[in-house]
Amino acid sequence: MSVQPAMPKCWRVESKPHKFCPGCGHGLVLKALGQAIDELGIQDKVVFGCDIGCSLLSVDFFNVDTVQTHHGRTTPVITGVKRANTDVIGVAYMGDGGGYAIGAQHLVSAATRNERITAILVNNTQYGMTGGQMAPTTMPGQKTETSPYGRDVNTMGYPTQGPEMVAAITQEGAYVARGTVANIKQLKGFIKKALENQMAGNGFSFVEALSTCPTNWRTNAEDTWKFVEQDMTKYFKVGEIKVPGPREEKEGQ
Amino acid sequence: MPEKPIQGEKRVFMTGNEVVAWAAVAAEADIMYGYPITPQNEIMHYWTRMLPKYGRRFLQTEDELSAGFTTAGGVLAGRRAFTATAGPGNTLMQEPLSMAEAMRLPVVVIVQQRGGPSTATVIYSQQEVTMTTLGGNGEGLRVVYSTATHQELFDYTIKSFNTAWKYRFPTFVLGDGYQAKMRESLTMYDPASRGITMVPTEPYVGRPGMPGVDREPTHLRNTYNVEEELFEVLEQYLADYAKAAPEIAEYDAFDTDDAELVVISHGVVSRACKEAVKELREEGYKVGYFRPITLRPLPVDQLRDVAGKAKQLLVVESANGQLDRLIKEAIYGCTTEMLSLFKPGVGITTEEVVARVKEIKG
Ligand SMILES: Cc1ncc(C[n+]2csc(CCOP(=O)(O)OP(=O)(O)O)c2C)c(N)n1
Ligand code: SF4
Repeated sequence: MSVQPAMPKCWRVESKPHKFCPGCGHGLVLKALGQAIDELGIQDKVVFGCDIGCSLLSVDFFNVDTVQTHHGRTTPVITGVKRANTDVIGVAYMGDGGGYAIGAQHLVSAATRNERITAILVNNTQYGMTGGQMAPTTMPGQKTETSPYGRDVNTMGYPTQGPEMVAAITQEGAYVARGTVANIKQLKGFIKKALENQMAGNGFSFVEALSTCPTNWRTNAEDTWKFVEQDMTKYFKVGEIKVPGPREEKEGQ
Repeated sequence: MPEKPIQGEKRVFMTGNEVVAWAAVAAEADIMYGYPITPQNEIMHYWTRMLPKYGRRFLQTEDELSAGFTTAGGVLAGRRAFTATAGPGNTLMQEPLSMAEAMRLPVVVIVQQRGGPSTATVIYSQQEVTMTTLGGNGEGLRVVYSTATHQELFDYTIKSFNTAWKYRFPTFVLGDGYQAKMRESLTMYDPASRGITMVPTEPYVGRPGMPGVDREPTHLRNTYNVEEELFEVLEQYLADYAKAAPEIAEYDAFDTDDAELVVISHGVVSRACKEAVKELREEGYKVGYFRPITLRPLPVDQLRDVAGKAKQLLVVESANGQLDRLIKEAIYGCTTEMLSLFKPGVGITTEEVVARVKEIKG
């Protein structure tokens, strides 16, 4: 008897094997999301939005209603759905380009308004689909197609600290965490909490997932894991950054 | 159940933006998403004042990209959703409207045209014709009603929701700064009292049942892998549009049968043209009046018929030939002389139209 790796129940079998490159982290993030959906029993409630970028390859990934939108615009589409039908559980799934560059104003505004949606952002430190250009999350010194000599922090700044930014601008009731595909169990826990937070009607929920792109990183298996586990975590701290609860009253304010 | 906003018929005197808000309430619109821009702001002002009374919703977004995409989201959730914008906001709105075209989302947009290009004036123009009819990357699979009076703002705002949901093409009501801000009398009515049934809406996502078990999941996309795949989809869309176009197209005309010169205009400019044609007729000039109410699709057959009979066509617009280009394309091959009175970003009076016709006729 061969033991099959557990496939989330809400995955769409017809669309497997999926379309991501071998070794891509997107599949792992979607697996964590699928497990969270299964455990919460919300497959019939989820409306999943995916961005442009490699995330668009997830359009038929799940047996859940899905809308694949424009680059950076997944957050407002899911916001619009949720505002019009508060019974759904809205998930906006995007890359670092989609969330921190072209769609940054939507992320900031949805966070500020404490939209009752869950945003999941896959941070693979570059633009995957368009062939490995520099992203807001590209690391200092990291070589990409548009930073061939390495990201120069003097001209291009430091990588965007997305969850930290979202935590800083959200109010009570928001949930913010950063997970990694190197720890799927923990990532699933974060995503599950982010969904539960939306289900409880608390506020905006945001999970960044550190992820791999061996194709554009031009890394073999070993180097891929080294990059995501060691190099990336130097700048991007994994863990829960904000959990719902009353804000602490600070003295003297 | 909240009471009906308008019982039977009601004679009122109000601004165009107020009219639009009332029409949207009367049309049972559920939710508006919007971003402030002059001259459409008061649509949001009136809508937000009325919404608690009639159980409607509103979201002020961070920009027009978001207003358009959230409106698309509202439609995806099965709501009669709409937005309103103008000028540079209309420019930003073209991105979400492209997606609405790609997914056949019945998004309704009220455009109150202002001057252009760029931020220009906040007052008036007819310079958003090209963008509203053909904006976005794609083929312009959308419906555009150009209104001339407050009565029409009311009538066509209601109608736009039905056209959008019946044919599933994004639908625009193209007004302008004059219509937005001036007061005029009109009759408001409950659509049902005139036998108008609102086309029912239905959700694209979030339908009942377990996707993959009780029903197929919705997997809407605007991205295609190969050329042929997209071509197949577009072939169907274009066929649907071609079939719907004659049913949707509307126009207004008079005195065209024996006219040597026909004045063509749209929107509020057609009011000046209508008066001018009447005056000129009284003075013995053989002139006629033609006004497309739908700028997309155009009433092509009627236009060709009129153009075929006349010796000259005079296109009058507060733009530098945006309507003119649409007309020329529609009547391609027709050798009737085309003349113009273009005043981009400026209003046009009856006197100016009369003077221009007399100048032509000598
Ligand atoms: C308006 C617009 N600008 C640019 C593009 C081209 N584009 C497609 S995917 C992409 C980058 C995606 O990168 P990211 O969001 O980081 O996701 P990834 O592919 O890495 O998962 C870009 C710039 C586009 N489709 N639309
Ligand atoms: S290019 Fe990178 S992010 Fe995109 S599918 Fe391939 S590995 Fe994944």
